[in-house]
Amino acid sequence: MAGPSLMDSFFQRSLDDLIKGIRLCLPGGEAAFIAKSVDEIRREIKSTDSQTKATALQKLTYLHSLHWVDMSWAAFPAVELSSSSVHSHKRLALLSASLSFNPTTDVILLLTHQLRKDFSSSNPHDVSLALSTLSSISTLDLSRDLTPELFILLNSSKNFVKKKAIAAILRVFEQYPEAVRVCFKRIVENLESSDMGVLSAAVGLFCELTVREPRSYLPLAPEFYKILLDSRNNWVLIKVLKIFAKLAPLEPRLAKRIVEPICEHLRRTGSKSLAFECVNTIVTSLSEHEPAVKLAIMKIQEFLLENDPNLKYLGLQALAVVAAKHSWAVLENKEVVIKSLDDVDVNIKLESLQLVMAMVSEDNLAEICKVLISYALKSEPEFCNEILGSILSTCSRNFYEVIVDFDWYVSLLGEMSRIPHCQKGDDIETQLIDIGMRVKDVRLELVHVARGLLIDPALLGNPFIHNVLSAAAWLSGEYVEFSRNLLELMESLLQPRTCLLPSPIRAVYIQSAFKVLTFGVYSFLSTGDDASYPSELTDFVLKEDFQESSETVTSAPISGADLSNGLNPRSSHPSAGNGEDPVIAHEQTSSASSKKQQLTQKSVMDLVNLVEVNLGPLAGSHEVEIQERASNILGMIGMIKPRIHSSMDESEGDRIKRELRASGMMKLMFDAFSEELGPVSVSAQERVPIPEGLVLKESLSDIEAICDHIKLPISSSFSLVRSHSLNNATTIHEHPSKEEYEPSSESTSLLAEHRKRHGIYYLSSENKVMISDDYPPALELKDQAIDEAEDLVKLTKQSLDLRKKRNQAKPRPVVVKLDDGEGAHIVVKKPQLKDDLISGAVREVLLGNEAASSSSNKAIKKREKNELNIDRPESNITMTSTVASEPGNASSRHKLRISGKEKKRSSSGKEKKEHDHKHNQKSDRIHAKHKSRQRADGTLNVAAQSPVIPDFLL
Amino acid sequence: MIHFVLLISRQGKVRLTKWYSPYSQKERTKVIRELSGTILSRGPKLCNFVEWRGYKVVYKRYASLYFCMCIDQDDNELEVLEIIHHFVEILDRYFGSVCELDLIFNFHKAYYILDEILIAGELQESSKKTVARLIAAQDSLVEQAKEQAGTISNMIAQATK
Repeated sequence: MAGPSLMDSFFQRSLDDLIKGIRLCLPGGEAAFIAKSVDEIRREIKSTDSQTKATALQKLTYLHSLHWVDMSWAAFPAVELSSSSVHSHKRLALLSASLSFNPTTDVILLLTHQLRKDFSSSNPHDVSLALSTLSSISTLDLSRDLTPELFILLNSSKNFVKKKAIAAILRVFEQYPEAVRVCFKRIVENLESSDMGVLSAAVGLFCELTVREPRSYLPLAPEFYKILLDSRNNWVLIKVLKIFAKLAPLEPRLAKRIVEPICEHLRRTGSKSLAFECVNTIVTSLSEHEPAVKLAIMKIQEFLLENDPNLKYLGLQALAVVAAKHSWAVLENKEVVIKSLDDVDVNIKLESLQLVMAMVSEDNLAEICKVLISYALKSEPEFCNEILGSILSTCSRNFYEVIVDFDWYVSLLGEMSRIPHCQKGDDIETQLIDIGMRVKDVRLELVHVARGLLIDPALLGNPFIHNVLSAAAWLSGEYVEFSRNLLELMESLLQPRTCLLPSPIRAVYIQSAFKVLTFGVYSFLSTGDDASYPSELTDFVLKEDFQESSETVTSAPISGADLSNGLNPRSSHPSAGNGEDPVIAHEQTSSASSKKQQLTQKSVMDLVNLVEVNLGPLAGSHEVEIQERASNILGMIGMIKPRIHSSMDESEGDRIKRELRASGMMKLMFDAFSEELGPVSVSAQERVPIPEGLVLKESLSDIEAICDHIKLPISSSFSLVRSHSLNNATTIHEHPSKEEYEPSSESTSLLAEHRKRHGIYYLSSENKVMISDDYPPALELKDQAIDEAEDLVKLTKQSLDLRKKRNQAKPRPVVVKLDDGEGAHIVVKKPQLKDDLISGAVREVLLGNEAASSSSNKAIKKREKNELNIDRPESNITMTSTVASEPGNASSRHKLRISGKEKKRSSSGKEKKEHDHKHNQKSDRIHAKHKSRQRADGTLNVAAQSPVIPDFLL
Repeated sequence: MIHFVLLISRQGKVRLTKWYSPYSQKERTKVIRELSGTILSRGPKLCNFVEWRGYKVVYKRYASLYFCMCIDQDDNELEVLEIIHHFVEILDRYFGSVCELDLIFNFHKAYYILDEILIAGELQESSKKTVARLIAAQDSLVEQAKEQAGTISNMIAQATK
């Protein structure tokens, strides 16, 4: 590429030409045009003519900022042009630098000299340009090298330069905290400036700094307080209020002083932004001051009633902050809040949802949930899920502390998963299982809910609730003893549409089928008068059966309507009618007619056949989780089938031997499954001591790569642990049998209908048949059809009333919690190191005392030395004095020079402000450095300093 | 503080971007894509605030342009709305009833004006008059330079260099 000729310069496209060209491009041709232009620019930018170069750079900057063209290659021309004597070229060059440079741009260092020159330029516009540029591209090197010039500018006679210097210095502090030491005092002086721009910049700077680390700025409270009283500029007041919002919580006496002026501003001001800031400050930081809070809430009410959606949104937000401490404020405004659930604006809806959840208590939970669910049904999917999510998180908060009636909650979970837009399957899954493990008394209802979910073929087509189904399957397998009808359960676990499930969940289904089968067969076998059984176990199981059968007897005919062979070994038991005395009943059974036993036998055979037929094809599945489980079950069936047959055939020969083997194995299986699963602490694994000599990581490191893609079928939130023995007889007594077949008989008939329609797919040996996914949703939830927000308000009117009497139908069941505060994972957020350095330096300057050492140097050194000094933290303190004087480069020389100057200046009469600081600021730094050793940590220092604060507060 | 300023047209074209916090080029395009999607899809008469990745974005539509500013959680939304309005008024005064085309063809001037209003993510000048005066003074510097460069002797000097 040759350099640009003279002709190029004359016929160079201007920026206008370029923009017009882009706008004229046909769709799709833009990229080509831009690429061509960039080629041109590459040529032009090498021109020796600064005008040509500037135009090229301008065009490139345009392309970069609006069309994302890479311009890192043009960094050098920008630096070149920045030294132009022509102001417009300089301006263009610095604009392009500020838009395109980043900390990795290497030529940034070449800009240092130019910026320094501009800082001392006689043209204030050059100075301001340089300041703007520095504020956008500051790096550590730039900041360090330019601090002395900035320090001079902080005293500029031109206010518009001064304010820019103050604002830009924030970026310098961030990069180079040492600068604080040099410049901080001058900035503080500007808090008393009469120029609004300068004052505003200084307050803005402190606002930013205070937000990061409030404590260091407490000593400046008197200055801020003065501004709060005197200033009439809303921009400045808003910033000062923000500062006080951070400082007030640290110093109660300060809060007392500022509360009245703030209320005064709130009453006086006509500006919404200032009023909102006052409200915000009061609700976040002054919530102890009752009258102020009342005033703020009055203002919030005004906001809520205005037609402006902005004010409404902010009002709701402020209310949400108040709600934590003053719930009456929400109740007072509940009408607006609930009406806002119906707002056109999603953001407002979300805020009001949050507030509604904030009103939840034990007494009104059910009603609020009812309202919200009915509302979820008619909202768009996104908001519907927001509602569901907040119900789930509110109800599960702190181990379901708001929930008294778990039966209700469990059925609510079931209902929620049937909502068409529900995408909260994961959360519902976790909670169902969690409740199953933690709350013993609710298992009966859980199994009932699970049955309703499993039995509905339509649900299998909705991938969002597959996780819920997984939980349902697991629950009905794990707590199978609560199941009324094993055959029906088994059919739903093995129904053909389960092939729509992803394989990990299908594996859970199969595993549950295994548990059901084990339970069924074992119950059957143990009813036989088999002498090889340990008698107490037999008795135990029997007892259980009897007790339950006496309850189920009424419902058995109903359930048997369409699945007449549907069996529960218990309900078909002969003694069902007179199960008061289990022992007697048992004797009766033993001598029972073979007819009854044959029925049981037939149904067990049905059960076994059902499993065998359905799982047979799966033994060849490619999914290892499925294949292995299916094979296991089939293997077991192979063993027990002859045993069941044999009791039918009465072929005496090897019957006993087989019986022994099969029954023994069944007992083994049954025992394995009857071990109860309980919640496990997250830290349980950590507490297991690692045996000596066990190398855990090395040999397994290769496996990681292999196992990477395999997902565990069961969520990791639970695992096997033995806690209680099977003991559910009492549980059942506590739950009087309800008319529980009514609600779900609908789904039962649906399953039957489905079977009628797709009969060929049921129980067929070919399970691989694809079933269309578009089965109509079987269960339309009865829509409450609450369309008007008015109705919602009415509905919740009573429910939100706190005074409503609590109707405790039954006591809250026990919720198992682990004693080590599980789940209480507090993420300790580490404050940013840079901020530490800044505030460390600030503290030194403000509280400046004999310990005004170079603590940030210390901190930097600490960071470097951390690896070495971890075991002896003391040591790095003693090192600091050497460290501080070590960097013998230009910058430290600068620093010393400046500090000397400052010292002179500050001693020459500008002590007006220092007089209320207890410790005088003009300490000799070099001297102080040697004294600094005893100062260990910044926070310690502040703790020691805090009693001083009252002195400042005058 | 303000983290960035975006001007997006109703069609989703970016008209101005200014970043006060470090974002890589990749992040910038992603931010713009995400935000223009959210903001442009919001109907009129809704509130002017959007929660976004732990920040708040305040936007306001003027004619065909959306002015967006991203701020911290505890910043004052209403104040930022006023800053946006302030910016628009100054643009309006400078260009004389500003339109999108003015900003397209004078993109650099829009940046210069913004640089007089905001610095390091903070408002630096709340007086419209002052900003107008500063910009006018800078423009006159440019004009002087142009006149100088436009003289024939200068052009001859350039050509024979």
